[in-house]
Amino acid sequence: MAQKAAQKVALLAILMLLSACASAPQTQHLLATPNNLPDKIELGQTPFFPQQRYQCGPAALATILTHSGVNTSVSTLVNEIYLPSRLGSLQAEILASTRRHGRLPYRIAPDMHTLLSEIAAGNPVLVLQNLGLNWMPQWHYAVAIGFDLNKRKIILRSGTVAHHITDMDTFELTWARSQYWGILALPAETLPASTDAERYLRTVVALENTQTTKQQWPMIHTAYRTALSRWPDNLIAQMGLGNSAYQLADLNTAAQAFRNAVRDHPNAGVAYNNLAQILLEQGKLSDAEKQAQRAVTLAGPHLESYRSTLADIQQAKTKADRSANPS
Amino acid sequence: MNITKSAKRATISSLLLIFISMACFLPAAQAAMIGTGQIMDHSQAKQDRTHVKALLNRTELAAQLKNAGVDPVQLQARVDALTDEEVALLADQLEQLPAGSGILGTVLVVFLVLLATDILGYTEVFPFVKKTVNLN
Repeated sequence: MAQKAAQKVALLAILMLLSACASAPQTQHLLATPNNLPDKIELGQTPFFPQQRYQCGPAALATILTHSGVNTSVSTLVNEIYLPSRLGSLQAEILASTRRHGRLPYRIAPDMHTLLSEIAAGNPVLVLQNLGLNWMPQWHYAVAIGFDLNKRKIILRSGTVAHHITDMDTFELTWARSQYWGILALPAETLPASTDAERYLRTVVALENTQTTKQQWPMIHTAYRTALSRWPDNLIAQMGLGNSAYQLADLNTAAQAFRNAVRDHPNAGVAYNNLAQILLEQGKLSDAEKQAQRAVTLAGPHLESYRSTLADIQQAKTKADRSANPS
Repeated sequence: MNITKSAKRATISSLLLIFISMACFLPAAQAAMIGTGQIMDHSQAKQDRTHVKALLNRTELAAQLKNAGVDPVQLQARVDALTDEEVALLADQLEQLPAGSGILGTVLVVFLVLLATDILGYTEVFPFVKKTVNLN
């Protein structure tokens, strides 16, 4: 009898101990040093789509897409991302569907401060939470739309609840289980609040690497232009601008982009190579040969391509010379 | 058994056909232009090798999605919108990756454990545990 009572006391003690440490490290740090975050904010204009059975993915995605100006519906998105055998939706398909609707699925840096900064800048964030435990997961998509630092709360559009207010610490713990996975649906003209060139450009390049790019080249082109407005001499953005202009058959814009790239990055063989190809197609063969020669001299992992560009140019030159002097 | 097997084979081969013919309609890769993705990831040889594999992965993933209950009409568009890396990941782990579904029913033991962890603030399975707070 006494043993049983002792067990109860021990159990109670453990529970109390546990509850004492149910605060989350990033939230702790964030509240100590909020930097430029407002005390509280709520993006009340964010639309709400209550989830149907197992379909929190389509509902959450419809929320951020509609907020960014896309005209879509939950039933359309069910067709695009719901996976019947899993009774849910996968992260990769959410990214893919965002692209199909002409928005960049930008994954924010994985931390609470970035999440709150994006909300403060007016961007609702689609997050993946594991509401259960690692060994008993209950994966759930929601959209973070607001917070209150003083009350230590976060506000979500979640499941069937339009205005779900939850402890910031608990939210952090459930979000951490997805490695803090959160995305924005950005129009090509808009940069995220927390700008990280590499992260942004990876999002654009991913769009280039899907199979549905034909209609999407104008959007890709705009996104590289947007990147250059912030990072004017970024090589990837300059190359992307040139390559997308080339896909859109705008050789002059492409040539200018690659000229900017070789000016800012005189050791980037890729820029000389692509410039040479444009010049070849414009019939400026001497200049083309000069640029291709430079690429070959610089060598590097793409040397084989540079050599083949140079060979193409020299072949075109020989042909042009022959037709000029038919002897 | 044999019928399902041959049906499956037929599905895969017809999907393969669709994807290969799709690939033929794509603009021929400009050998001379170097793509932005290749510049970002440097290794061109790696990209060339993975291209063929990626095509096979797409076919394989389309078949898996079909088995997973996706409407056949949607297969192509869904697979097309993924990058090669995403296709490889899904083709490999379609049944293991996290699938967000929202709030589901759970058995009693699980209920009690999660109730306790909910009360402690480690999890947030049951909406009735925390009272909604008015922030205004």
